[in-house]
Amino acid sequence: MILAILEISKNALSEASWEVLTAARDLAQKTNSSVAALLVGKGAQALASTLKGVGAVLVADDQRLDSFIPDAFAQIVSSAIAQKSPKIVIAPGTETGNDLMARVAARLNLGLATNCTEFVVENGALKRVTRSNWGGSLLEEVEILSSPILLTLQPHAIPAQMSDGHTPTVEALPVALSEKDFRVRMKELIPSEKKGISLTDAKVVIGGGRGMGSAEAFKMLEELASLLHNAAVGATRVATNNGWRPHSDQIGQTGAQIAPDLYIACGISGAIQHMVGCKNSKKILAINKDPEAPIFQRADYGVIGDLHQVVPALVAELKRLKGV
Amino acid sequence: MKVLVCIKRVPDTGGGFKLTADNMRVDTTNVGFAVSPHEECAVEEAIRIVEKHGGSSTVLTLGPQAAGEQLREAIAKGITGAMLLEADDYEFWDPAATAQAIAEAVKPLGFDILLFGNESADACNYQVGVRVAHLLDLPCVTGIKALEIQNNRAIAKRETKDGWEVYEVPLPAVFTVKEGINTPRHPSLRGIMSAKKVPIEQRKVTRPAPQLVRKALKKPQEGRQLEILGQGVDAVPKIIEKLREVGAI
Repeated sequence: MILAILEISKNALSEASWEVLTAARDLAQKTNSSVAALLVGKGAQALASTLKGVGAVLVADDQRLDSFIPDAFAQIVSSAIAQKSPKIVIAPGTETGNDLMARVAARLNLGLATNCTEFVVENGALKRVTRSNWGGSLLEEVEILSSPILLTLQPHAIPAQMSDGHTPTVEALPVALSEKDFRVRMKELIPSEKKGISLTDAKVVIGGGRGMGSAEAFKMLEELASLLHNAAVGATRVATNNGWRPHSDQIGQTGAQIAPDLYIACGISGAIQHMVGCKNSKKILAINKDPEAPIFQRADYGVIGDLHQVVPALVAELKRLKGV
Repeated sequence: MKVLVCIKRVPDTGGGFKLTADNMRVDTTNVGFAVSPHEECAVEEAIRIVEKHGGSSTVLTLGPQAAGEQLREAIAKGITGAMLLEADDYEFWDPAATAQAIAEAVKPLGFDILLFGNESADACNYQVGVRVAHLLDLPCVTGIKALEIQNNRAIAKRETKDGWEVYEVPLPAVFTVKEGINTPRHPSLRGIMSAKKVPIEQRKVTRPAPQLVRKALKKPQEGRQLEILGQGVDAVPKIIEKLREVGAI
């Protein structure tokens, strides 16, 4: 059995959960096995009937599980593994998915390969996985010696495919939790303030790096963004570490992962930790005065020049075109 | 308050990777080393906790002798003690093995707060802190971007798309930290000088039987073809063209 751990977000399955189901079905087919999906949380029972193309849905529905309670969820997943003896357990490689599976792996003293992107099956058995290193700028092939095999799936690595297969059986799992399983529990959610277009929603993102030189210089990027439809300003780690921009503007491995139609990189050398944050951009336009800057190896369009001249000239031309 | 912060020495890769001939490691010839970004912030957080509440801070790494460089940099910034779990083959330790060695080393020391990075920059396993917490039977909150200590309890916040999740746990506890929780300071010259004299507690550790075994590293496919739009301001008309193509104007 392949056990697929699914994530409930706002009374629905998360996008990453559908990708996990797709990967689980593929693994089940190649290893001649079946898929059981596990849904944990308040409202899980109602969602179970929406699933198709899996053999069984295991449900742990409990009033107390109204948010992600890490140790309680880990206890439920661990006991499901003990009870059902799956060969492979796969969960979303999201923040909660990785947190949950790390706790399960610790409890069961098993290895865990996080953020997998590919699976190698030979003679009906999962031999190796490929997983993301350095935020996806390198890939690592790993053999997992412990059993059952615990995995999380890198989001967006495998496109979700819906299945119109047969309706599964639904089985309610007993929920046996101790007080200790609730010692880490969210006690409050403070809603975030909405402010402008977010980096992850913008169609055009303008990023500034070391070449900006100051917080002041970012004003011209703001002005450029204001002249474009649906544009936002971001920054590299160098810029945020220098205090030129807040950390919430950071694009990269330890900041936002963006996917705009166009990313305009200004004075950015192209450090790999930055590039993994913008690699899903449809087009990358780099403005840099150093023709040897690594960013030119990872861009679609290059402007070799000083951003402090190019950006103001671009702003002036856009203003002229707009008649402002 | 007795604070532990665990860090990892990683190559300072800059603009690209070179792999060793056997594809098993990142080639670090002529490459400098750094600490993972999340952990740099964890070090800063440890210093701030002790500045505010008093006590001591210890930085720990599992790595080669050369990782003393990263330990001393943390001391130069204000950490008060250092511990090296010496292992030359540290790149091949899996998360369970690393967590086991750390838990054994710190268990007798009675830390109130144990800080880790949310994930290392290189291996990105997302689990050493969680595993240490389990081995020490302590509560663990992952991915935090704010931490406050009050009356032997910690209030930790995680940032999600919906807002700030607030957690409250009794101490001792483990936290995995994300960049953005603070802006790390640079070491002072005086700090750098005095850090040289602080003794590093060292012990050799041996890698147990692994659960995960690296077979190879490889680079992902990159598929962009560069088109040079021009030099300096002469490129402006072409940039405008590209902005039009994506409907930005």
